Amino acid sequence: MGRATPLRDAHRALGARMVDFAGWELPLHYGSQVSEHHAVRAACGVFDVSHLALTEVSGRGARAFLRRLLANDVDRLGERVAGLYACLLEESGCVVDDLIAYRLANDHYRVVSNAATARPVRAQMRGVARAFPVRLEAQEGHVTLAVQGPQAMELGTAAAGSVIGPRYAAALAALKAFNATNEQGILSARTGYTGEDGFEIYLGAAMGRSFWQALIDAGATPCGLGARDTLRMEAGFCLYGQDMDATVTPLHCGLKWTVAMEPPQRNFVGRRALEAVWEDRQLPSFRGLVLKGRGILRAGQKVLTPAGEGRVTSGGYSPTMSASIGLARLPRGRYAECEVEIRGAGVSCAVVKPPFVRRNRILVDSE
Amino acid sequence: MSEIPTELKFTSEHEWVRVEDDGALVVGITDYAQEQLGDLVFVETPEAGASFVAGDVCAVVESVKAASDIYAPVAGDVVSVNEALQDSPELISDDPYGAGWLFRMTPEDPAEWEDLLDSDQYGELLES
Repeated sequence: MGRATPLRDAHRALGARMVDFAGWELPLHYGSQVSEHHAVRAACGVFDVSHLALTEVSGRGARAFLRRLLANDVDRLGERVAGLYACLLEESGCVVDDLIAYRLANDHYRVVSNAATARPVRAQMRGVARAFPVRLEAQEGHVTLAVQGPQAMELGTAAAGSVIGPRYAAALAALKAFNATNEQGILSARTGYTGEDGFEIYLGAAMGRSFWQALIDAGATPCGLGARDTLRMEAGFCLYGQDMDATVTPLHCGLKWTVAMEPPQRNFVGRRALEAVWEDRQLPSFRGLVLKGRGILRAGQKVLTPAGEGRVTSGGYSPTMSASIGLARLPRGRYAECEVEIRGAGVSCAVVKPPFVRRNRILVDSE
Repeated sequence: MSEIPTELKFTSEHEWVRVEDDGALVVGITDYAQEQLGDLVFVETPEAGASFVAGDVCAVVESVKAASDIYAPVAGDVVSVNEALQDSPELISDDPYGAGWLFRMTPEDPAEWEDLLDSDQYGELLES
């Protein structure tokens, strides 16, 4: 199999079903994906996401470089240690990847991008970096953990106290939503991909193994890629390679809010292409679907609406709702119902605004 | 993995077939199959009365991961289906060779099931 994270043996010892994901050997689940999903909504789950690509950006041109590279503006972070969700675009406006840029200090940022797109992302970063006094450094061999759920901060703070130290535990406990800390050179951010409270932490291999074990010992449920996918879908978060790719712009996948057109003089890669379609009323809209008939929504299924044809981009089973849900690119229009073609037959769906679930509460009304 | 029941016949598509006293065949998916699929969330069973030839897609089992076609192991008519799976697809994971059965059929040729794999042959298939 492919590349291993420092936690591979720990996953195997827990009985994980390992799969190949973008060249990495990662846990799909540890027995039941649905139980792992419920554990995150009800208590606390921990995910090994060490496959995510880390790139350190430093030097006095770091800020200007990222303002040119990304469709979102790192100046929105101000002087805080915090993360910014952003798309990296081609000049055509199409999405090369979605990522998080953390501001660690003046002239020091960390970019966390998807494993499957690491190569094109780094190629584009190197290209843009030629015009700036900036140093790019890919990080290898680290452990990245996502600790998620209503008990994540409590269990995480305890693990930080025993593995890192009381000072770090205090900094973690004090984090506000979407903020980060780089106390003792260890980054944590109160963010996630599940729609629950929690944090993501970036550690060296040895400390990462101890932190993982401390969380498991404290009762956190180890969770695999399967639960990560159903949780993010319920939370209405896009997945690169499914809901968006290099054939669409952020405006095609509900990510217009991540594009900073102000200030107008900030010339980021892809800006001109997006300006041309910014007010386009023909652009598709990105919506949620709740299946009312029988079956399961899957990516690629055809959607029939009163305004024309669309496509399911992510689909599956929602354990929280006990129903099948999906994300879809649909023709613009006012309609609350559509049909999805499943094995040749039209099945009725409610059209809703994602997210479906936040903080273990169902937010959509599919009746 | 659990034992492969010796009284059953199997297909290379990981289905099992049991012969009832009246000659009817009961069909389900094996323990190995359900374990590969992961949590099951939806089952589409055939209509009672439907006729199939061997190899026809006659049902669909969907897990959190993907949809999998179920093929008719031999030619015949469906006489009844496991209605309980509509609300409880997890019966297949909990008891694949019992409460998780899919459908019952009358074979066109009562001898045809004998050509299916026996438990030793199926065991070899899993190891290969």
